[in-house]
Amino acid sequence: MTQALLTVSNLSAHYGVSQALFDVNLTVHAGQAVALMGRNGMGKTTTVNAICGLMATTSGAIVFNGQSCVELPSYKVARLGLGLVPEGRRCFANLTVRENLLMAARPGEWDLAKICGLLPRLHERLDQYANTLSGGEQQMLAIGRALLTNPKLLILDEATEGLAPVIKQEIWRIVATLKQAGQAILLIDKSLAELLPITDTCVLLERGATVWQGLPNSLDANLRHRYLGI
Amino acid sequence: MSEKMLNRALLSLLIIAPWLAHWIDEPYYVSLATRIAILALAGVGLNIALGLGGMVSFGHAAFFGIGGYVTGILASHALNYEPLFSGIFAMSGSTQMLFIWPIAMLVGAIAAIFIGLLSLRTSGVYFIMITLAFAQMIYYFSISWPNYGGEDGLPIYLRNSFPGVNTLQPIQFFMICCTILLITLWGVSRLQDSRFGNALKALRQNETRVAAVGISPLGIKLAAFVISAMITALAGSLFADLNRFVSPTMFSWHTSGQIMIFVILGGIGRLYGPVAGAIMFILCEALLGSWTEYWQFFLGLLLLWVVLFARGGLIGLLCGDKAHD
Repeated sequence: MTQALLTVSNLSAHYGVSQALFDVNLTVHAGQAVALMGRNGMGKTTTVNAICGLMATTSGAIVFNGQSCVELPSYKVARLGLGLVPEGRRCFANLTVRENLLMAARPGEWDLAKICGLLPRLHERLDQYANTLSGGEQQMLAIGRALLTNPKLLILDEATEGLAPVIKQEIWRIVATLKQAGQAILLIDKSLAELLPITDTCVLLERGATVWQGLPNSLDANLRHRYLGI
Repeated sequence: MSEKMLNRALLSLLIIAPWLAHWIDEPYYVSLATRIAILALAGVGLNIALGLGGMVSFGHAAFFGIGGYVTGILASHALNYEPLFSGIFAMSGSTQMLFIWPIAMLVGAIAAIFIGLLSLRTSGVYFIMITLAFAQMIYYFSISWPNYGGEDGLPIYLRNSFPGVNTLQPIQFFMICCTILLITLWGVSRLQDSRFGNALKALRQNETRVAAVGISPLGIKLAAFVISAMITALAGSLFADLNRFVSPTMFSWHTSGQIMIFVILGGIGRLYGPVAGAIMFILCEALLGSWTEYWQFFLGLLLLWVVLFARGGLIGLLCGDKAHD
């Protein structure tokens, strides 16, 4: 096994006085796709926000590429090589597609031409404002923007939520292509049928704590029923 | 009418009108156009912070006044043959615009770094109040600074000079101011379309999201605030030369409000918005002011109308295009 790219150990975090994360543990290795799973409200997005420095942690460790990022502001965490595709897309509506993509670009393997090759729909709409795109196109824009930061680890938080089935398929095709290219990915998604085939490791969260980690084929019906409600 | 065409029309008006006034020997109108160009320049400066970055600075008079006072102080020392500093920092005054402008911009930048580092950690009404407080602090300091005229201000007996130009000729001084405005507009248009400009526009929408892609919000905002202050300080320097006089009024909150009115009238975040705003403001002052001393009442009505019904400002209204907020 390669050296761990991201290690989260015994992580806890609070929203004000309410504790949201109790004891989260997960590891992502280079080139791996890890699925962070759990029912709604179990702390998946909170974990991602804590990893990305978007919320303060109370205790525990987050080590990315050999460097602790617990005390770092979010922009420094991103510069270490964490690319976040946030829940709800969150593109900059007052910028064009091209501006959305290039404002965050950092030198590396991914450039605008390569992004346009992976996401041809964006290529057709480079000079359109982001708020004139459909939901699926906005999601592709969010993925493209994160990739142009040339991340070592790409985090996709509910990337297919609320999209039409045909667009979901397109997003999963993109994720599979990235995985094949050796991109490390941390995924949060509810579509198990599409998620599990491209996942190397699954992490189950229950009430803000890691309750199970293992291979996707070990995620049996009992675990699915107990922790995912399916 | 497209925004590009309107911008060209505005510039043509600003350049041709004073030449016509010059040919029919009406220097007053040349001075009026010079005032428009200088105040538009101050507005272009504020527009970087307010329009692009969403930083509602109510203290840009501080930078406008700093530019003016740097010009006045350097000129007065040069004309009185008194050194500005002695010892290892020995420096004499100057009446050369090419020397004065960089100093004015540098002092404006230093003040902006200091004010920005303290105020940019806040937002909304706190940011407005801190920037206002700094400008008012400098205003009261200038009033109680007898060495440079205190409340009475500081006269500049002879307009500062520019190589190869007779700056005392109104049309020639106008051309200097207009050229600076054009160069600044070009520079700001490049900045708007750069990665820096896009990050600044994105910050106006959501700082957290910008930070999540690896951009330091404070760094970007501070850089924009400093660039904005430098342009406003340069405008202050030209304004001092236009009037051949500087006074604490340049630092007052009225001046901050006036610069903000140019931006709002013309269209917040639009490159030529401050130019349109300054033209409208000065025309109101000149035309309505000759009719009634309560001309600002009508300006207030116009401002209300723009804010309520023309969110893209005069430029947005004439182009039939709202701003992309």
